[in-house]
Amino acid sequence: MEPLDRDLDEGELELPSEPMLLNMGPSHPAMHGTVRIVVELSGETITKADVQIGYLHRGFEKMCERGNWTQVFPYVDRCNYVSPMLNNVGFSLAVEKMLGVTVPERCQYYRVVLGELARMCDHLICSGAMAMELGAFTPFLYFARAREIIWDIFEEETGARVTHSFGRVGGMAKPPTADFKEMIRAGVPRVLAMIDEGERLLLRNRIFLDRVEGIGRISQADALALGWTGVCLRSTGIPYDVRKSNPYSLYERLDFDVPVGTQGDNYDRFMCRQEEMRQSQRIISQALDQMPDTGPINIDDPRVVLPEKEDVYTTIEGTIQHFKIVMEGIKVPAGECYSYTEAGNGELGFYLVSDGSGTPYRVRIRPPCFTHVQGLEQLITGLMIPDLVPTFGSLNMIGGECDH
Amino acid sequence: MSQQVVELLRERFPEAIVETHAQFGDDTVVVDPARWREVALFLRDDARAAMNMFIDLCAVDYSALGMVTGHDGESRRFEIVLHVRSLDRGHRLRLKARVGDEDAEGAEIDSLVSVWRGANWFERETYDLMGIHFRGHPDLRRILMYEEFVGTRCADYPANRIHPLVEFRDVPGKLPPFGPDEGMSFGRQDHERRMYDGDEQAAQGELTTQDGRVRVQSPIVAARED
Repeated sequence: MEPLDRDLDEGELELPSEPMLLNMGPSHPAMHGTVRIVVELSGETITKADVQIGYLHRGFEKMCERGNWTQVFPYVDRCNYVSPMLNNVGFSLAVEKMLGVTVPERCQYYRVVLGELARMCDHLICSGAMAMELGAFTPFLYFARAREIIWDIFEEETGARVTHSFGRVGGMAKPPTADFKEMIRAGVPRVLAMIDEGERLLLRNRIFLDRVEGIGRISQADALALGWTGVCLRSTGIPYDVRKSNPYSLYERLDFDVPVGTQGDNYDRFMCRQEEMRQSQRIISQALDQMPDTGPINIDDPRVVLPEKEDVYTTIEGTIQHFKIVMEGIKVPAGECYSYTEAGNGELGFYLVSDGSGTPYRVRIRPPCFTHVQGLEQLITGLMIPDLVPTFGSLNMIGGECDH
Repeated sequence: MSQQVVELLRERFPEAIVETHAQFGDDTVVVDPARWREVALFLRDDARAAMNMFIDLCAVDYSALGMVTGHDGESRRFEIVLHVRSLDRGHRLRLKARVGDEDAEGAEIDSLVSVWRGANWFERETYDLMGIHFRGHPDLRRILMYEEFVGTRCADYPANRIHPLVEFRDVPGKLPPFGPDEGMSFGRQDHERRMYDGDEQAAQGELTTQDGRVRVQSPIVAARED
């Protein structure tokens, strides 16, 4: 029988073909964080990609210029709504760097513990969502359940489950609760058990492995040139971690490893996150052991820290102090400073410019995932459409942070 | 941060450096905007600096603070701030350049995309929010704001202004589901029309819409209307 693609003149039929434009997002199940990716396809292979962000742009930097320094905390919370505590700590450290103050040791450990819990939340959600988008819903539920345990701890400590606004310049909003240490010592092993369980479901799953191993690979030089930091950079084998290279908040006293990958593919990013959660647990247990049970949480400086509520109502000094801080804000010395911490995604930087008044002149956030999403175009060009989903998931884009 | 790199720059570009300081321990060099790219290249390629990590690029509008002094002694409105780090040496540097007069005239500078690829989106963002033009940028478009937005948000936009709603885009050649009714799945067009628009086999009759466009009627619609 005559083949179907043959013309009567025995010449091959030339089928007209042109690249197809496909639009993914901004509302697409795999585009969590609201991003739009316009891809040009040849068959199912992506030949060109244009990543468009900005759907969650809320003018963070502009809003910060309106209130006083303390009023920035709710905004930084909402920049990364998956691990807001790390952003809180990052911003407090930035303002404290300008003020030239260091919070008491107890507070530093408190920040480390809460921050590491938030980092676990961040990684749990990223790994879980990535698995879910590949069809593995059960691990996501396991991870979400594990995150629930952490959120319960946060709720007990801060009063809020997601956006805590718990950081303060010169300390924290409240001292640790009485059963803070017991709660975490009981909760974190349960979290780790769930992580193990969820991970076992994935790492022996052929479908999951086939879709992450060797996909979305990036070289060390490219990752560096793109400005990548955090897990995404470490997955290529570069052990850059701010907690190790420029320790802050007593991280130098804590013993932990920086997990690195070898190839910089989705699998490495996934595994680095999994391992980092275990390292977080190590950090937490050491920090809890070293953390003093008593002692001040806030620095002793009436120009920076709000007085006790009791003093506000009973003493004139307390009233004046409260009034000055609330109405005028903390007076931060004029100048500029860049402070950086290791957030869930990578280096979270704050570039602050102060004119010496109680209101920030400029608050610039250096969101870690902005650079990661910038590299997405390169990662997915040449891949197939189904590879886009785990690749995007493994970058852990947080819309609020990326779009400011 | 590193004092050595500042010394190195002072040695190499004595005439390009406007000022240096190390406030709060962050070593900073302010350079002549004309030498911006040259200095950046030197920082990346010189083995003693080896700044291979691009960290951050942003701009600060100093108009509310009484401007800053540029390299020629004139007052300048914007300060472009670059943070870079060396992976091997572990040092950081902040590089700044001052551009633009009061009305943001002359707010342009060389693009650093060819030096660090990571600068791409950061420059687009700075262009978007501050209106600074980066010469030689491969793809200078808005990134966070929409194209119809007037002005530059951080620089000129009053924070309390209520912005009017922008009309729907009517761009010819856009993808079929993203015509004038973008984002309105149950908008002014009906589903069948979108599905069969332009499909000659499906088209049986022609109707004209209110705005004069020829509307191709689909068999489904035709069947329903019968």
